[in-house]
Amino acid sequence: MDASTAFPAAAGHHDPDAHAGEHEHHELGFWRKYIFSTDHKVIGIQYGLCGLVFLFFGFSLMMIMRWQLAYPGQALPFLGKWLPYFFGANTMPDGKMTPEFYNSLGAMHGTIMIFLGVVPVAFAAFGNFVVPLQIGAPDMTFPKVNAASFWAFGVGGVIMLTSFFVPGGAAKSGWTSYVPLAAIADKGAGYHPIFNGQSLWLIGFIFLISSSLLGAINFITTIIQLRAKGLTWMRLPFFVWAQFVTAFLLLLAFPPLEAAIVMQLMDRTAATSFFLPAGMIVNGAPVHISGGGSPILWQHLFWFLGHPEVYVLILPAFGIVAEILANNSRKPLWGYKSLVFSVLVIGFLSFVVWAHHMWLTGMGSTVSAFFQTTTLLISIPSVIILSAFFISLWGGSIRFNVPMLWVTAFLPMFGIGGLTGIPLAFNSADLYLHDTYYVIAHFHYIVAPGTIFGLFAGIYYWFPKATGRTMNEFWGKVHFWPSLICMNVIFLPMFLQGMLGMHRRWYDGGQGWTLAGEHIWGLTGFQWNTPISWAAWIMGLAQIPFIINFFWSIKHGKKVNDNPWEATTLEWTAPSPPPHGNFVTTPIAYRGPYEYSLPGRDKDFTMQNEPVEPAERSRRATVEPVLVH
Amino acid sequence: MEIPYTISTRPDTGLWNAKIGIWLFLASEVMLFGGLFSAYVFLRLDAQPGEWPHGLLNVPVGTMNTAILIMSSVTVVLAWAALKMRRYRAYWWYMLATIMCGVIFLFVKLYYEWPQKFEHYGIFLKPAALEKYERYLGNTRRTEKGMEPRIEISGHLHNPEALKDANIKEYEIGLDPVYVEPNNPANDRPHFLYVPPTDHIAKIEKEDVERIDSFGPWHSAYFASYFTITGLHGAHVLAGVLVFIYMWLPVSKKLYQRNPEHLANRVEVSGLFWHFVDLIWIFVFPLFYLL
Repeated sequence: MDASTAFPAAAGHHDPDAHAGEHEHHELGFWRKYIFSTDHKVIGIQYGLCGLVFLFFGFSLMMIMRWQLAYPGQALPFLGKWLPYFFGANTMPDGKMTPEFYNSLGAMHGTIMIFLGVVPVAFAAFGNFVVPLQIGAPDMTFPKVNAASFWAFGVGGVIMLTSFFVPGGAAKSGWTSYVPLAAIADKGAGYHPIFNGQSLWLIGFIFLISSSLLGAINFITTIIQLRAKGLTWMRLPFFVWAQFVTAFLLLLAFPPLEAAIVMQLMDRTAATSFFLPAGMIVNGAPVHISGGGSPILWQHLFWFLGHPEVYVLILPAFGIVAEILANNSRKPLWGYKSLVFSVLVIGFLSFVVWAHHMWLTGMGSTVSAFFQTTTLLISIPSVIILSAFFISLWGGSIRFNVPMLWVTAFLPMFGIGGLTGIPLAFNSADLYLHDTYYVIAHFHYIVAPGTIFGLFAGIYYWFPKATGRTMNEFWGKVHFWPSLICMNVIFLPMFLQGMLGMHRRWYDGGQGWTLAGEHIWGLTGFQWNTPISWAAWIMGLAQIPFIINFFWSIKHGKKVNDNPWEATTLEWTAPSPPPHGNFVTTPIAYRGPYEYSLPGRDKDFTMQNEPVEPAERSRRATVEPVLVH
Repeated sequence: MEIPYTISTRPDTGLWNAKIGIWLFLASEVMLFGGLFSAYVFLRLDAQPGEWPHGLLNVPVGTMNTAILIMSSVTVVLAWAALKMRRYRAYWWYMLATIMCGVIFLFVKLYYEWPQKFEHYGIFLKPAALEKYERYLGNTRRTEKGMEPRIEISGHLHNPEALKDANIKEYEIGLDPVYVEPNNPANDRPHFLYVPPTDHIAKIEKEDVERIDSFGPWHSAYFASYFTITGLHGAHVLAGVLVFIYMWLPVSKKLYQRNPEHLANRVEVSGLFWHFVDLIWIFVFPLFYLL
């Protein structure tokens, strides 16, 4: 069905602003069209490609670290010879990793995966490409700001990457950059006062924060202002709601981190003591500082962003999962309103849980009790969302295409990640588990087989809209199954390692730690490292089918019509790929987003822009009076 | 393709796009300065007795700057109103007045208030040496009165070469008036009007000194937050001035001739930003100058 012509006479939507530029249609050159574009679809794809490259790069850093963890102190074969040429001679002398380089890799893995990988793909790429299409808008409200956002991200990314090549290497104080360590690291002889790892990390962040700020403003304004006629708030696809809340989190949670980053930069360059207590001794000598600062202040400001950030990572994935789930179970999404209100409650509560990352700082039992309570409260809407997704599957005739495979894997994987977080929410249990591999396993189950599976699902699902062709099903499955198995081989044993007491930042993988002598199923904590590492490397190989499939399908994939998945939301009424301005005729929404298997219709999906016929109106008036407007 | 609602309002929300955009931006700015101000509160509550200085800034000058900023907020509204009434000439003059206010504010900050600090030194004494300099500090009386002790002697450093030269054994400092008459009740509270350092020179032996620093960001948590917050605020003022200059230049007159409402909307949005910058100063002024 060519849905773009579904309502011939309905395009009577006029707007006084809409005519001024209509005579300005002309073909843009290559640079304006694909590089310095202001079109939301091109910017979305730019974000997506950059984000995917950063994801693979960040994962590669971890693959190098996994060698050191599995075979501590041994020379890395093959790669070990030329990595020093790339990262600098003293990073891996004779192919053996130095502790400083290990720390750099760890800090940059976290930073790159979260801020340069997942956020750009989940929020910026999918949000930019899909949201305006789903709400029937011609573009974002501020196209130039949108482009500025992408280029600020680009500058931030380049600064972060450059920091690997300055003397001393990239930031090495963990992705959280805890002070006082971060404030005194990469300083002194042999380091440039500004162009050193930690300072570049801070400067890069200022650009990344500006980028997400501009993006967030644009998303919220677009969703408020440019919804198609008839697309009321409760007719928005859940994906749009998820992005809406995510944008608010980025808008309000990032600035306090920016404040903290400015302060840390001042500590490093202007000799202030925001985060430094008096009487500090570094390398045996007292430091000339005024003191009077507080390391805990950094932790508060960092986690005030850090916790909403977790929801920035997961909410877009929820949105993607909801779309694909309803589409492939051929059923309306179960509990749409509860989903919407849950996501709003999550957004609100995520601002008042941050100190559960700081149980070990000794905040006192009153503060701990407050944050423990809010942390447990926030699990309620999360469970509502996951339950609604599971119930949506119930009784559906499920199509297990590649996007749906990722989504069905997402549900239990996110479930494991969520449930294993509960012990960490209690400060008594966390005192033991804090900073162990248990924590690593917990949050990776949420962001790796959780969010990233959601992102893969979204890529396979919306690929036909962006290109007019589908990705190959067979190679999609070759990508999916090894990824699913390896994810679990990697992260499941980490729960055991953590419970055996393995600390997350050990350079030798726990070999030198006596507690690691305790074993589970015949393997001590550090011995689990070897199978984990092999699984990580195999998972790296499992991404090759995806990369080839992705680029091959752009030109050679199977050609499909505008609505290959027989979906209901407005993006599928636009041509594939959508032209500049998106829609042939301005869409009007007449119904909710998930009208699958509507009784009395000749097909099992009814698109949002299909008008309500008189017969349907009278039938619905008796069954569902609320839906008739 | 043209984006709808850039100038006219969307009927069901009653707003044009940029107005939502700027309010969202301001919300994030509130969080940015909120982060900095909460750091100020955190550090001030954490400070040891005597560590948090009082009365080091020039209140009359700060008051003048406050008045200038408030005035500029008035003129920017008048500029917007003039545009709404399609009186470009009046708009042009009001906008010029706004720009001048912003420039004067920045000038006072950069050429008067900030440089002064770097020439003023504070000497923090070792706890054991406090007794020795009692005649400058007056701590006996302060303890009796239940006031925080003085742990620092400040003023104009007469032998700056002593900072580098290890052979010079003492600092010669032209005392701030407080340390000349430490027991005078008039000095219990900070002066309202600025009083320059006196000619009374005190010699302070280096071995009694814990730390000597000029009143730069490295001096204390107080000056660290002062320079960071006023610096970031100054950057906002500068950004506002640049935007206003763009709207005041002939290039914007062309926009006015094409679509006056569009220019009025731009002035409204940047005016909202300007009011916000003004509002931040309303917090900065009491926190650093008065309290």
